Amino acid sequence: MNSPEFTDEELNRLVINLEDWYGYNFSNYARASFKRRVSRILAIDKLKGIDELSSRLKQDGRYVQRFIEEITVNVTEMYRDPSFYKTIRDEILPALSPKPFIRIWHAGCSTGEEVYSMAIMLKEMNLLHRSMIYATDISAKVLASAKEGRFPLQQMKLFSENYLKAGGRQDFSSYYSANYGYAKFDESLKKNILFASHNLVSDGSFNEFQLLFCRNVLIYFDRELQNKVLSLFDASIEQLGFLALGSREHIKFSGIANRYTQWNEKERIWRKRNSD
Amino acid sequence: MKFNREINCDLLLVAGSAGSLEVILMLLEKLESIVIPIVIVLHRKDDNDNLLIELLSGRTNCVVKEAEDKESIAAATIYVCPPDYHLLIENDRSFSLDSSERINFSRPSIDLTFETAAETYRSKLAAILLSGANADGAAGLVKIKSYGGYVVVQDPATAISAFMPKHALDVVEADDIIPAAELYLFVNSICGGKPFPL
Repeated sequence: MNSPEFTDEELNRLVINLEDWYGYNFSNYARASFKRRVSRILAIDKLKGIDELSSRLKQDGRYVQRFIEEITVNVTEMYRDPSFYKTIRDEILPALSPKPFIRIWHAGCSTGEEVYSMAIMLKEMNLLHRSMIYATDISAKVLASAKEGRFPLQQMKLFSENYLKAGGRQDFSSYYSANYGYAKFDESLKKNILFASHNLVSDGSFNEFQLLFCRNVLIYFDRELQNKVLSLFDASIEQLGFLALGSREHIKFSGIANRYTQWNEKERIWRKRNSD
Repeated sequence: MKFNREINCDLLLVAGSAGSLEVILMLLEKLESIVIPIVIVLHRKDDNDNLLIELLSGRTNCVVKEAEDKESIAAATIYVCPPDYHLLIENDRSFSLDSSERINFSRPSIDLTFETAAETYRSKLAAILLSGANADGAAGLVKIKSYGGYVVVQDPATAISAFMPKHALDVVEADDIIPAAELYLFVNSICGGKPFPL
C-alpha cells in the first residue's frame, strides 16, 4: 500500500488538532501503530498528505467518525482464543453464578463478536436472564454495527470451530439466520446487552462489574496510558471480580498488579483480591 | 568472515517463512555469545503455546524469549515474535504488538517489523531474509537499505522455498547473499561485539 510520507512533527500537529477540535486525545497511543493507521487512512481515502487529512477533519464533523473507525483496529472474531473462552465457561462463570446478578463490561468491544460469544455462553449456562452486558467502544460506527449483530457468513466456519473448541455443545447455526451473505444473530441474545459509546482515554468508571473484558486494546497504548486505563478498570471491578485481557497483554508493569492474582498460568485472566 | 562494507549495527533482524525454521535452528546451534540483540520474525501456524521458544532455547546458551508488548529491547537477548501479532519497533527501541489486519496474507508481517525497525535504528540495523513461499519481507528490506542498514538474503539455491529470497533479490540490492550453512559466521561476526573485519 503506497501512501504519502509524513514527519513526526506533522503527526504531532494532527494529534494536537484532534484534541483541540473534537476532544479526542491520541497523544498516548503507541506511536508506531498509530502512525501506520494514519498512513492507512491516507491511502484508502486517497488523501495527498496529512494536511489534506487535517483540513478534511476540521471541515467535516462527520468525517471524524470515519477517522475514529479507521484509526482503531477492529479485527476480532467470535470466541477468539478458544482456550481462553473455555476457561471463562468452565471456571470463571461457575465462580460468578452464585451472584444474584452478573454485570459484565466489554471495553473496546469493536464490532461485537466477543459480546455475542459471551451472550451465547451465558444463555447456555442459564445465566443470561440475570446478567447485564455493557458493550462499549470509542467508535460510534462500529457500535452501530455491533448492535446489528450481523456478521459475514463466510466467517461462520471459523466462528463455529472456535465455539466448539471453547466448549460449546449446541448447533452453532441455531443462533443465527443466514441471509444475503450475512449471519444475523438471534434478537433474544441482545435483550441484556447495552451498547454505549465510551472513550477509555477520557471517560471515567460508570459501574462496578464482576467481569471485565478488554482484549487487544491496551497494546495500542503506551505504558502511561495502559496504566491509567488499568486504574480505571480497577475502579470498575468488584472485589473478587475478574479482569480478562488479550492473549499477550499483562498487568505486571502497572500500579494495580499487587491487587490481582492471575487465575492460571496460561490465560490472561486476573481475579481481584479481597481487600479485607 | 569478510564483509562487503562496514557494518555497525545495534540490532539484527532474522525473518522467514516456509523452510526457515530449519535454517534458524542450524544457526542457533553455532551461535557464540552475543552482545547485539536479535529479533526473529517467523510465519507459523497460530498457536498460543511456547513450543517454538523451547525449541530455540534448546539450541543455544543465549537468552531466548518472546517479545512482549512495550518491552525495551535489551542487549544479548534473542526475541521471538509471538504468533498472530504484528511486531512493531517503537522510537524508544521498545516493542509494540499489533493485531490489525494481515498484510500480504501474513500476521506477523515481516515488512512491518523491518520498516518500523528501519525508522528507529536507521543505519544501525542489519537484517537477514530467509527461505519462504511468499513476497513478505522484500519491501521491508528496501526500506532498511534506504536508511543505510545492512541487508542479507539467504542464497535462494540453499532455500527449501526459494520464492521469498528470490523475490527480495529482484527488488533490493543485497549487501550479502549467504548460503544457509554459513549464515552463522555472519551472525557471530556482527552480534559478538568484537571489531568487524572488513
